[in-house]
Amino acid sequence: MSDSNSMPLLELQHIGKEFYGNRVLTDISFDVMPGEIIGLVGENGAGKSTLLNILFGMPVISSTGGYEGDIHISGKPVHFTSPNQALAQGIGMVHQEFSLIPGFTATENILLNREVLNGSLMSYVFSDRVSTLDRDAMLRRASDALNTLGVNISPSMTVNEMPVGYKQFIEIAREIDRKNTRLLFLDEPTAVLTEQEAEILLIALKKLAKQGIAIVFISHRLSEVKTLCSRIIVLRDGRLITDSPAEELTTRQIASLMVGRESERRIEEAELPNEAIEANETTATVTLAKPLKKKKKPKPALKVEHLWVDMPGETVRDVSFEVKKGEIFGIGGLAGHGKLGIPNGIMGLYPSGGKVRLFGKRLALNKPRAALGRKMAFVSEDRRGVGLLLDEPLDWNITFTAMQTQGRFLLGIPFIFQVRNEYAMRKETEKYIEALSIKCTGPSQKAGELSGGNQQKLCLAKAFVLRPNILLICEPTRGIDIGAKTLVLDTLKKYNKDNGTTIIITSSELEELRSVCDRVAIVDKGEIAGVLPASSPAEEFGMLMMGEKPRIELSKSE
Amino acid sequence: MINRFIQNAGWPRIIIALFLLGLFIAAPFVGVRVDTSLSNTLVRFGMNGVMVLAMIPMVQAGCGLNFGLPLGIIAGLLGATLSIEWNVEILARLIELGAQYKISWLNEAFITTWREPIGFASAIIIAIPIAVILGWLYGKLLNRVKGDEMMIATYVGFSSVSFMCIAWLLLPYKNPTMVWGYAGRGLRTTISVEGYWLHVLSDALSVNINGHLYIPTGMLIFFAVMAIIVWIFMRTKTGTAITAVGSNPEFARASGVNVDKMRTISVIMSTVLGAIGIIVYEQSFGFIQLYMGPFYMALPAVASILLGGASVNKATILNVIVGTFLFQGILTMTPSVINSYLQTDMSEVIRLIVSNGMILYALTRKVRAGR
Repeated sequence: MSDSNSMPLLELQHIGKEFYGNRVLTDISFDVMPGEIIGLVGENGAGKSTLLNILFGMPVISSTGGYEGDIHISGKPVHFTSPNQALAQGIGMVHQEFSLIPGFTATENILLNREVLNGSLMSYVFSDRVSTLDRDAMLRRASDALNTLGVNISPSMTVNEMPVGYKQFIEIAREIDRKNTRLLFLDEPTAVLTEQEAEILLIALKKLAKQGIAIVFISHRLSEVKTLCSRIIVLRDGRLITDSPAEELTTRQIASLMVGRESERRIEEAELPNEAIEANETTATVTLAKPLKKKKKPKPALKVEHLWVDMPGETVRDVSFEVKKGEIFGIGGLAGHGKLGIPNGIMGLYPSGGKVRLFGKRLALNKPRAALGRKMAFVSEDRRGVGLLLDEPLDWNITFTAMQTQGRFLLGIPFIFQVRNEYAMRKETEKYIEALSIKCTGPSQKAGELSGGNQQKLCLAKAFVLRPNILLICEPTRGIDIGAKTLVLDTLKKYNKDNGTTIIITSSELEELRSVCDRVAIVDKGEIAGVLPASSPAEEFGMLMMGEKPRIELSKSE
Repeated sequence: MINRFIQNAGWPRIIIALFLLGLFIAAPFVGVRVDTSLSNTLVRFGMNGVMVLAMIPMVQAGCGLNFGLPLGIIAGLLGATLSIEWNVEILARLIELGAQYKISWLNEAFITTWREPIGFASAIIIAIPIAVILGWLYGKLLNRVKGDEMMIATYVGFSSVSFMCIAWLLLPYKNPTMVWGYAGRGLRTTISVEGYWLHVLSDALSVNINGHLYIPTGMLIFFAVMAIIVWIFMRTKTGTAITAVGSNPEFARASGVNVDKMRTISVIMSTVLGAIGIIVYEQSFGFIQLYMGPFYMALPAVASILLGGASVNKATILNVIVGTFLFQGILTMTPSVINSYLQTDMSEVIRLIVSNGMILYALTRKVRAGR
């Protein structure tokens, strides 16, 4: 489709982007040739979506101060300020979320806003808006597009009756029906597809590339990227790490490039005594967990067997693991694969099933009260939604759960008449404000007025007040600044050491898990891909995250 | 200092309070006695206070304003009418009980002296279980329509009133002071409580200075007691849980609180307070108003608590006291002052304009306060 094969279709030169002083992209430069398939990989938050938003002229970019660097298409500089301009230049995009109209047929969705029209007197007098549709021609075009993809979908089927895999094909068909499409971005197109569907898609994409359409393929499934793409670009922390031909990289290497930071330093630090590391901690959150002490098989604090949890967006399918007493256990994995579902399910916040044993005794599921009654405490990832009473004072936030489940901070005769003990509530709150250095005006300030980091400390205080045997914490450092991060993680470690409390941390930041946990489980597609000691090399975690299962035997913890 | 006061009180309340003060100052110049006006305001305050108090539990539990107050009022009306219907039997049974268990003070003389308070108490005692049952059903319903409570509550109120319009006719009441004279059955639209428990609270310990300034001490004390009961209840473990449910139901659930149960308790509480509230109202007013009587009762109560500074999900006892006083004060003063000034009898028209205008104003405030 392109007139010259030597001219790159798309050139990115030194692209950079800051959000409110927070740098997310730094100096990204690469070319895309016509007919080339490029794999773009990176962890969550590596900057892939921001890059796409820039290329597509999404308003979120211009409204936050634009971007740095230049974009050239077929040699001409462009600066998109709206997605329509990008579409006009022949850039197509298939989003991770479907943007299809459920009640419309495949044909109508594929040709939305590009319908084949019948000319008529009415449309001559008024405008095309009143002309009728040429359904037959539309059907032909839609089935052409679907045939190009090599899938067998009836063009007259409505979208809401289709399995998810089909919807993905409709999205892609919509982009290739656009006659001028030269460059296609696919954001995790195979995430919702079965293996067979994914295979069909990959074949279809190769076919498209032969026709001269360049494709940028974003995926977490490294083996797919490896087989499909001719070149692979790895982003990490907003920087371009590698840009090399696919055959020069193994999936293992890609995984390690994506997640691995300086593995050498990690080993050095392992030799250092703990105090020395803590002194360094303001600069790096990396501290090595102490090696596991081998004892004579203590009873597991928590034993989870075949747990499933129906948490929207974080479905857990079949998860089994054991957590030892006094251990800090990490649960990691990519967003949407169910790692958050595990603690939420155990605490009874979402419908779940399976067997959970606490110190050998069965825990009733689907009952938050039962879980709290067994002295488990939970810090939710949804701090403002579930974690806090934003409109109530700090002392309420900290003591409420203890009051309701353990009957503390009350005056009077139990079961007959009890009034809350505001004095005790204040005292307890002041204690924790002091201990966790929560910045506030006092116990009667409203929780909603605190900053994110202080709110997180408040959530921790709420959990500590319960004097838990097991503490489940989700995303302890999400949305808080680096200083508060260190403090929160240190607090957890200290609490674990002082009280011997078993702590289960769920986090999307693998580095963070590796720095505080003894062992880390990686969740992939709602199942545990493996459990590794925190000191294992980064690429092993990377491989587990990407759905490659190199060493299944490791998941059987001793 | 002044700024802080303004901030705490809120401009709307300051403006209304100043307007009310202005009316009191203007009153003598148009021939309206201040002491009479003040008495009227206090009486109306005492009459309506408990019904405004009925808003608190539901607001705190996040069920919104209790537009379904007529449901509680119906329970109260049933209690009131049944206490009159069974008055003789109740008194006789009490004397019997006194004899049976040898309680020396529970004799005929005692019962005769305390006939009216006993009648009043029996009205409340009969009304409460009815209110609990109705409130429980009402709570179950509201738990199914989370997010739309106020809309549904309004219709619960309206439809229950309509349903009772049929019931008042069909229920087998016999007491000749209550049923239609010509048919001998079916309750009248207005029933006098004279001879049963007229002014039992209002006149208790009441102060009457120079025949004009009348303070219904007993009724005010009763309101204070109810307010303290609600205040204490909201500070119990259950009350705290109710407040947390209203503030953030997800938080409450994660803390092991049964959200639906807490909401149901709050609705029952509100309904019971509504039932007690109407009985207090009736003993002062002197009449039980059936049929369409309860239809519009919710709106003044809602308006009062909103004027007092409550929002759809936060309300305090202070909001109730301030709001009821301001609302009833304006409602008493505006018609009499303006009426005297115009020198025509338009008081009822003015009252309607003022009360509905204030309800409208209060409801527009609500939208801003909501989340």
